[in-house]
Amino acid sequence: MIEARDLLVRRRGRTILDVPAVTLRGGALFGLVGPNGAGKSTLVRVLSGELVPDRGRVLYDDIPVGRIPSAALARRRAVLPQSTSLGFPLDAEAVVRLGRIPHAGYCPRSDNDRAVALAMVEAGVDPLAARIVQTLSGGEAQRVQLARVLAQLHGVRVAETALFLDEPTSSLDLAHAHAILRVAAARARDGGVVVAVLHDLAAAARWCDRVAVMEEGRIVAEGAPEAVLDEATVSRVWGVPVRRMRVDGARAMAFLPL
Amino acid sequence: MTGTAVLPRPVARCRGRDASALALLGLALMAVVVAAIGTGAIMLAPGRVLAALGAGLGLPVVVDARDLAVVLVLRVPRTLMATLVGAVLGVAGAVMQGLFRNPLADPGLLGVSAGGAVGAVATIVLGATILPPPLRPYTTTLAAFAGALAVTAMVRRIATVEGRVLIATMLLAGIVFNALAGAVTSAFVFAADDLQLRDIMFWTMGSCAGASWPRLALVAASAMPLALAGPWLARALNALILGEREAITLGIAIERTKRLAVVLVALAVGAAVAATGTIGFVGIVAPHLVRLVRGADHAWVLPAAGLTGAALLVAADAAARTVLAPAELPIGLVTALIGGPFFLALLMRQRLQVDGR
Repeated sequence: MIEARDLLVRRRGRTILDVPAVTLRGGALFGLVGPNGAGKSTLVRVLSGELVPDRGRVLYDDIPVGRIPSAALARRRAVLPQSTSLGFPLDAEAVVRLGRIPHAGYCPRSDNDRAVALAMVEAGVDPLAARIVQTLSGGEAQRVQLARVLAQLHGVRVAETALFLDEPTSSLDLAHAHAILRVAAARARDGGVVVAVLHDLAAAARWCDRVAVMEEGRIVAEGAPEAVLDEATVSRVWGVPVRRMRVDGARAMAFLPL
Repeated sequence: MTGTAVLPRPVARCRGRDASALALLGLALMAVVVAAIGTGAIMLAPGRVLAALGAGLGLPVVVDARDLAVVLVLRVPRTLMATLVGAVLGVAGAVMQGLFRNPLADPGLLGVSAGGAVGAVATIVLGATILPPPLRPYTTTLAAFAGALAVTAMVRRIATVEGRVLIATMLLAGIVFNALAGAVTSAFVFAADDLQLRDIMFWTMGSCAGASWPRLALVAASAMPLALAGPWLARALNALILGEREAITLGIAIERTKRLAVVLVALAVGAAVAATGTIGFVGIVAPHLVRLVRGADHAWVLPAAGLTGAALLVAADAAARTVLAPAELPIGLVTALIGGPFFLALLMRQRLQVDGR
């Protein structure tokens, strides 16, 4: 469980994050939505321990995140960015193996091999193992990165891990985007903390169990998607009048700009 | 999690295969070294070289006295120097490329070697008297180190904006520093007397002819920290392949890594430049060849680039000694003649990546 209290981040005299309290529990996929510049990525960076806030604290199971040694933190917390450009050509399996760097010396080599193989199966990229990642499509490459972060968290109880996905699907086609969110949702159901920053509200409604709407550094609404993502909230926060369409008997909904 | 998933083929990427490939490279290097020691005005077959080396190590071998003198006095020190300096340049190139996340980074190209040469040339002309007496034997090395460190730090600072390295800026900064260093060196040439001029020529074009045991010891000692940090650096540079932010989330202390790597490279390259002058292109060619063979994993690239760089420079030194015998070519000229076209070919293949992103 991750708890954050009194978070405040200021840049050049401007408050870019002001979140009094947020609690992340395993068992539910937590979606962060909001317009560009609302502070979603900043919140993810603070919660993942990458960015030290100007005020406030982040606790991982009651331990301040800053007190956890960086390698130990890396074994239980992973971040999937929007896109990754590799400095050198690597095959997919080698990229996934990079996720095992924080485990060097902490587990036998066979565990690393197993973690890499399982993660590639879970992300659906095992047939791509020998392909050079630079030659893959954007969606395939992102799923290789998903396998990399899954491999990073392998070997720690799922309930003790946290996975942050920072706009993981923003440049992907429908199939790849949903494949990634399906894995994220499954991991959350298995008890892990999983947080996804999403721009696609339909995808957020489809996959997230909870969503928080951010606006100008603040969380302005939080709860189940169908309760939070109503027409009034979406129209006001995004500044675009929308009509919400539901599909009978399904979680899916769509937002049509008017 | 999907614990029920069927495992695909076991992903066996064992250390063992890396180790045997490295052992093979090591053997190749030894063969090149023996052949190079046998090459020169007096040609010696490998058997006679090995006999002389054995005698030198105190083994009970019958050996010709002239062979012994040629091998142990004339050829072993400079061949060892070429081995050491080649290894330093190969590893330093691989480390800088990993640090800059670009296969075109190289101590010579970025002006690091030229910065070291300025330091060395300055001490030739200005003399060693600025340092207290106990440090004076190391003046040239220290000055070369300082010059190399200063240029590395400045290039990094200039080319890094908000954590991203701007490749074009980096290469341009390298051009500027090479030109500046050339101008400063020219100024010293202008002020130098004839004896100093000969020394300066040596620094700017590179040569292993000045090898001696004390100099070898100095280069080896300066390269030692880089060699010892190798395994740790390899892990950090591997994480850096993904990017700086990704490396941080993998638990790598990235700023510390960068600072340490820059200092270790400057120390090793500075000492190498102080001993043999500026030698270009080994730092680009060796890591690139090594990546072609077995990929970009730094646990392989760093040691293999060292071995390959050593073999390349030993071969280049043998060529420099023999092509125009009895005259001797500067070794920097040989590496530039071979490395220049190689670099051009690399650039042609890379140009879309360099500017296309």
